[in-house]
Amino acid sequence: MAYVAVKGGERAIEAAHAWLAEARRGEPAVPELGVDQVEEQLGLAVDRVMAEGACYDRGLAALAIKQARGDLIEAAFLLRAYRTTLPRFVAGAPLDTGAMRIRRRISATYKDLPGGQVLGPTFDYTHRLLDFALAAEGEAPPPPPEAPAEAERMPRVTGILAQEGLMQPEARGEAPAEAEPPDLTREPLAFPAARPLRLQSLARGDEGFLLALGYSTQRGYGNAHPFVGEIRMGEVAVEITPPELGFPIEIGEVTLTECQMVNQFAGSKTEPPQFTRGYGLTFGHAERKAMAMALVDRALRARELGEEATAPAESEEFVLYHCDNVEATGFVEHLKLPHYVDFQSELEKIRQLRATALREAAE
Amino acid sequence: MSEATGTGPGGDGQQGLAGDPARRRWMGVLARASAAEIAARLDGLPPLPAHRRLRAPETGLVMLRGRQGGDGQPFNLGEMTVTRCSVTLPDGATGHAYVAGRDRRQAELAAVLDALLQDPARRPALLAAVIEPLAEAQAARAARQAARAAATRVQFFTMATMR
Repeated sequence: MAYVAVKGGERAIEAAHAWLAEARRGEPAVPELGVDQVEEQLGLAVDRVMAEGACYDRGLAALAIKQARGDLIEAAFLLRAYRTTLPRFVAGAPLDTGAMRIRRRISATYKDLPGGQVLGPTFDYTHRLLDFALAAEGEAPPPPPEAPAEAERMPRVTGILAQEGLMQPEARGEAPAEAEPPDLTREPLAFPAARPLRLQSLARGDEGFLLALGYSTQRGYGNAHPFVGEIRMGEVAVEITPPELGFPIEIGEVTLTECQMVNQFAGSKTEPPQFTRGYGLTFGHAERKAMAMALVDRALRARELGEEATAPAESEEFVLYHCDNVEATGFVEHLKLPHYVDFQSELEKIRQLRATALREAAE
Repeated sequence: MSEATGTGPGGDGQQGLAGDPARRRWMGVLARASAAEIAARLDGLPPLPAHRRLRAPETGLVMLRGRQGGDGQPFNLGEMTVTRCSVTLPDGATGHAYVAGRDRRQAELAAVLDALLQDPARRPALLAAVIEPLAEAQAARAARQAARAAATRVQFFTMATMR
């Protein structure tokens, strides 16, 4: 019954989509945007769509951004949909972020640390003044300065603390969890969710939602006392073992951003006071997302660490059921679909109630 | 791995080069080179022998994993696109390729070269003409990134004490 009215919409839908295509293109006198231009010049939008679309492919993410007219949630949706058409060949070996080829690495906990503070291509320390020179077509900027690179290793800050026994070691897990971590693209979320499942969910979660939740833990909705132990960004090799080869090979590289938040932990009956980690890892250069993810990861560990868990960011179900923007947009936007029959019954009910109320008032 | 969608053709168990560091290296170098870069290195070499596709270039996904806290239990981070191809040469040699991204031509060229490079007679010339120049270009790109990063390394100095 509810679909009777939908049928007549075909021609209107076709016209709407034709108009959408024209609106996407914009003024024809302005040159069309190439997917390669999106990939090269809107690189952080590409990174965000890859992260929230949970699929690393710069070209596909750039195409999705163009198709979605710059709506990044719509673009992530397109990428997720495309991903379902591809078979999964194999899972990669866990990425070794310790061996990252660093483009950026900073620590807010140690000024002088092996490898140093490497700023990389950052917005930090810019004045946030609009640069009108960019509005005019200019020449390419000169290449950035270079300096002799030392072969100094860049140990993790968490490792430095661990040497003193001040950092809680991470569980390495038993054999099955090591080989096959839980995968929410194959199994629906179930609670309580183990930390690997939470991290997968956060890694593809909406940056804005996680940013607000992370912020809430700093403002008192939670028990956070975080320091940025380290943020690093750069390239990491991807290694897989194809079944027909039976030995590991590298298939390329990915750009990743990793954040290690260092948090106090008062200790428990079994563990002395020490620092604990909140962990963030994302595709591309996505520092805000990695930091927000690390704050929320630590907040979600409250229960396992025997801390009081009362804030929204500490509620597993609240966070994990609402951080996926593709799911969220689906349920919010479905309200636009015809609800004519549902609403008819609501109308009848409210008319009846009003009639009763008015009659009683008159008596 | 249980994730695999069927085992591929041409298992290499019987070949002496399985897991050979030299083979792993050339596969890694070819995976990082675009089809155009590989083709440019093949220019001027005798044409590649005809090959038969055991598995035509096919794009799929690899699930990438991280480790919680950087060094703990693995978790699924998200997928990436990958293209694979397997070929056989008239002499029976088999070549395989798995390369990140969706470039079918790159995957096929890499598979053919993998088959050729396993032949000790052909290997030195192909290493010199194709693999080493590609590896050098990749190392130069990485070195330039490292030099740029080094230029943004903060050199702290102590301010003169105010009295």
